[in-house]
Amino acid sequence: MSSSLSTTELDAGTAVYDEVVAAGDGALITVPAGGELRIVDLHGNQAVDTLLYDAHDVRNRYSAFDTVREQRAVYLTTGSRLLSTRLDELAVISADTCGRHDTVGGACAQESNVIRYGEHTRHQHACRQTFLRYGAAAGIGQRELGHNINFFMNVPVAPDGGLHFADGLSAPGKYVQLRASRDVLVLISNCPQLNNPCNGWDPTPVRLLGWWAP
Amino acid sequence: MGYAHEIPGGAAWSATVRAARTVTFTARGADANLSLLLVSADRLDRLNIPDTLKAQMSACIRPPMVLMSDRGQALASVTGSSLDWHDALTGFGHETHLERFGPSSYGADRNAWRRAAHTGLVSELTRHGLSEVDLHGCVNVFTKIAVADDSGLSYSPGHCHVGDTFTLRTEQDLLLVATTAPHPMNPGPWAPAPVLVEVGIAEPPAPDDPSHTFRDESARALDETRKALL
Repeated sequence: MSSSLSTTELDAGTAVYDEVVAAGDGALITVPAGGELRIVDLHGNQAVDTLLYDAHDVRNRYSAFDTVREQRAVYLTTGSRLLSTRLDELAVISADTCGRHDTVGGACAQESNVIRYGEHTRHQHACRQTFLRYGAAAGIGQRELGHNINFFMNVPVAPDGGLHFADGLSAPGKYVQLRASRDVLVLISNCPQLNNPCNGWDPTPVRLLGWWAP
Repeated sequence: MGYAHEIPGGAAWSATVRAARTVTFTARGADANLSLLLVSADRLDRLNIPDTLKAQMSACIRPPMVLMSDRGQALASVTGSSLDWHDALTGFGHETHLERFGPSSYGADRNAWRRAAHTGLVSELTRHGLSEVDLHGCVNVFTKIAVADDSGLSYSPGHCHVGDTFTLRTEQDLLLVATTAPHPMNPGPWAPAPVLVEVGIAEPPAPDDPSHTFRDESARALDETRKALL
């Protein structure tokens, strides 16, 4: 699948949901079937770690590797169907001005920071804490955390089996948009990672815009 | 004294294996596939493929990589393999992938009935008090899914031959959960290969152990397990 850019006509002024998620903070949003949720990279190169759940059964959650296999491509972009562990379609990427997004790089955690960067990073804030904090209200705990999407993050996978984190392809104002295929919970961690280029070495806020029947 | 067990093709299997054991899987047929999940003894911590791949800069599993958990511990080290690529990006198959083979049931086919990897893995997890919630990204032992320059994915037929092996050294007590259902991207006819499992006692790692010396990240994961087992 080649990367494809697309935009949408929806006007921010008509959004029923409009929130800025501060650097290192998170959000849990219920998006009804047919609703559109836009994630705007306000300052550029900001990874937005994202999980999706069936709003009526959090055991039916986003599955990165089912999604990758069924689309026969590693990266996500416009048209990507975000599938669940039961192969249900949770959402579709309906617009994307960035071009491609990662879903094999996972989320940062205190423990994975220690492994990757050393003991001095153990008490740095990480995505997994944000997921658990905001997920708790919906009954999403450790067991319910699957492998996530990293919107705006660039993790090239090479034909020789190599993988690395590269500078982002995103820029200020770029956005990606999801159309919910059923009622879904979207669990977001605005990534606080300081030790690699996924946030341009400087985590920044992102804006969430939603359009659905109030 | 170790033991050996042959998992029939298309079957599911699980076993607890203590720390410091070798677990060798041997393909008993061409294009074998073993979708493997790893769960720690507390039944909460489990294999984290994204963390395993990004920490060791690899898009597949191969020796001497360390398989890492959600909580940043080494679960097992890949100490040997006759193959240099075991897929970790494409998950396991569902019942819908079996539709092209036509209907199958116990009533008609007895123990040769066709069941999907997902069904078998959930069945095994349930046996240990777990559920579909505990499914996670697996290692597809013996399977190569090639990645093209444009990120497209394709199954590599002929990657695995009879006798190919994959060996783990357990770094802590584990629950292993696996299925030998064919990989869902395998376009061939239904021909699931059996896989032999052999469990034995591992030698203590030497100072120059390849997994301990592979990368700083691998060594740190092994050290986190050492600290947890003190």
